[in-house]
Amino acid sequence: MRVMAQMAMVMNLDKCIGCHTCSVTCKQAWTNRSGTEYIWFNNVETRPGLGYPRTYEDQEKWKGGWELNDRGRLVLKAGGRLKNLLTIFSNPKLPSIGEYYEPWTYDYSTLTDAPAQEHTPVARPKSLISGKNMKIEWSANWDDDLGGSTETAHRDPMLAKIAEKVKFEFEQTFMFYLPRICEHCLNPSCAASCPSGAIYKREEDGIVLVDQDKCRGWRKCVSGCPYKKIYFNHRTGKAEKCTFCFPRIEVGLPTVCAETCVGRLRYIGLMLYDADKVLEAASTEEDHGLYEAQRDVFLDPFDADVIREAEKAGIARDWIAAAQRSPIYALINTFKVALPLHPEYRTMPMVWYIPPLSPVVDVVAETGEDAEDKGNLFAAIDALRIPVEYLAELFTAGDVAPVDAVLKKLAAMRCYMRDINMGRDPDASIPAAVGMTEEEMYDMYRLLAIAKYDERYVIPAAHTEQAHSLEELSTECSVSEYGGGQQDLFGEGSGVPTPIAVENFQMLQDRQTSDSLAGPEDKGARINLLNWDGKGSPPGLFPSKRSGS
Amino acid sequence: MNDFLFVVVPYICLTVFVAGHLWRYRYDKFGWTTRSSQLYENRLLRIGSPLFHFGMLGVVGGHVFGLLIPQSWTDAVGIGEHAYHVAAVGGGLLAGIATVVGLAILVYRRRTVGPVFSATTVMDKVMYAFLIVAILLGMWNTVAGSILTIGGEYNYRQGVSVWFRSFLAFQPDADLMGDAPLGFQLHALVAFGLFALWPFTRLVHVFSAPLGYLTRPYIVYRSRDQELGSHRPRRGWDRVG
Repeated sequence: MRVMAQMAMVMNLDKCIGCHTCSVTCKQAWTNRSGTEYIWFNNVETRPGLGYPRTYEDQEKWKGGWELNDRGRLVLKAGGRLKNLLTIFSNPKLPSIGEYYEPWTYDYSTLTDAPAQEHTPVARPKSLISGKNMKIEWSANWDDDLGGSTETAHRDPMLAKIAEKVKFEFEQTFMFYLPRICEHCLNPSCAASCPSGAIYKREEDGIVLVDQDKCRGWRKCVSGCPYKKIYFNHRTGKAEKCTFCFPRIEVGLPTVCAETCVGRLRYIGLMLYDADKVLEAASTEEDHGLYEAQRDVFLDPFDADVIREAEKAGIARDWIAAAQRSPIYALINTFKVALPLHPEYRTMPMVWYIPPLSPVVDVVAETGEDAEDKGNLFAAIDALRIPVEYLAELFTAGDVAPVDAVLKKLAAMRCYMRDINMGRDPDASIPAAVGMTEEEMYDMYRLLAIAKYDERYVIPAAHTEQAHSLEELSTECSVSEYGGGQQDLFGEGSGVPTPIAVENFQMLQDRQTSDSLAGPEDKGARINLLNWDGKGSPPGLFPSKRSGS
Repeated sequence: MNDFLFVVVPYICLTVFVAGHLWRYRYDKFGWTTRSSQLYENRLLRIGSPLFHFGMLGVVGGHVFGLLIPQSWTDAVGIGEHAYHVAAVGGGLLAGIATVVGLAILVYRRRTVGPVFSATTVMDKVMYAFLIVAILLGMWNTVAGSILTIGGEYNYRQGVSVWFRSFLAFQPDADLMGDAPLGFQLHALVAFGLFALWPFTRLVHVFSAPLGYLTRPYIVYRSRDQELGSHRPRRGWDRVG
């Protein structure tokens, strides 16, 4: 047994209202630089829908993730190491910018500069790639709320797998939102695809990161990741991905997307797992067995053997305690209501989802029947095969049974809690129908409905003895070291590293008021105010004095 | 004059090449990348890039063989002058044509595809100029010198190659190069110019050829070590006295 700790997330999809706050705050925090315009570490998709980039789930087309070869061995779907190197000069499976979307801005200055004329001046869209006028045809959430789905939704790769025909007629549709970040997989195929070995999994918390100094821009990770959650920064020529906000996690704060989620649907916590069993679990023969196989990789943090082995592996006592209080462990293993996204990619993803009951509830409610009655809901779960099968394609490689079980637990919780809220006697037969005790059901309700901040986010801070090297806290280096270096000699981003944790207000303002579309001139203005000791005036702290203006 | 062109200049270029790479690696690991433009345009790249790069691998292999292996060695293993000539010209032509065609496609793409062109730096353009001239001169030497024998036959393995090895051994013999045809002289000079530019261009990605990928374990684990932050942590103690 080789115990490792993994920082993981669970999202409760019933609570997602598709407001995109997570996407926007994430973008503000991490990808509001030039070269990252189209990069969304966090995005929210409407399902059924094409996803971002379009049809990324169709692995027969994109060849992401792992598969079993004829001899039952786990291999990259894109091919072995030699093939990977031979296709290095032109990645055959790299999505073009068109598969994402061509980022744009608007020519706002026309609105104020235009001479007097008969018609109101218009701010035309300008491409941030070529700088030319462009026609906007797609974006990161173009099919939001099923917009245009009569034209596009039949191309949803998951929908295509369901035998029954789904008509996108108003009264028959169902939809829900799927927020996605990097899965921080236990068996990451992006890392396995990286020729340079720049993508690594952190031993302490399992966060998957790209070493920007080692990345050489071979682009293999982009095609290797089946979730398409690694992006190519077209200005710096390096890969970038969701960092699980590690500077925040290290000091015990939740990620930006979780912190700002208005529906409070995200849970963050530790999972202990047995690293020796990962390969075996990922090589499970049947796709349907992968969900259970991954659950078997997780270790019980209350088990005395596990605690002993964890301590031997150097996991601190407070981390083990955090693993015991982890909401993730409760949702995945105790209540078994969380399911992995696309286990069939065999990457052992670590961002799990509680499938939404709302498509079912909505249908029952529309018929005028009681939508909180156990009998009605259970019958509807059995009868409404299309939503259930669709969820199964997302979360259990098409196996309906686990999705059924989760939905029935959620339905039972609704009925059981209604009796309590209405002041009636609780009905013990309801939890029993889904194999739970009344106490368990109430605990699950507490975790899903009430859970306060410190119950949703159980994040042990990294140890203070290492604090001086943590990104968010680092206080040891004066800011004057940052602004220097020659700029743009080898293109944007060359030169000495800039701190990653904080981008400052001045820089944002510079960008928003600059004349060029996505000028790299702002690079010199990057300083880290958290690190500034108050002495002197580092370059970039104040705006440059522009003469004659 | 020969001493200046074929001793002084090459050594300066070589020094810049070595020192430049060391400096660039220390100073600018973050800028050390292929600067791929595949995201912007894929259709032309898919044909041009493999043609150019595989062709280039052949060209480099041919140069290593032709410049570093003395004629006496190939004679000793029984490869006659004619057999060597046929193999070298045949292989060289094949690799050279692939390189030139690939390069033509890539240059056309770089000039005509808007986003690719606007992502091209000044350094890229200078480098492209040297690269194109060096490749065209090399093709000229192969075609004109070895096939059409314009200006008489020239056995570079008794001239240029010997000079190159003497150059690497720090006992340069400039006269060997001075006697070579103009095409070879120009090719060598432009190539050394390219070497001097090398560390300051995207060509550095050549030295990142990821051969280690073939043997390393698939998943890399790394500890959150001292180097992870954007800067080295300062020592935790103050010097006394």
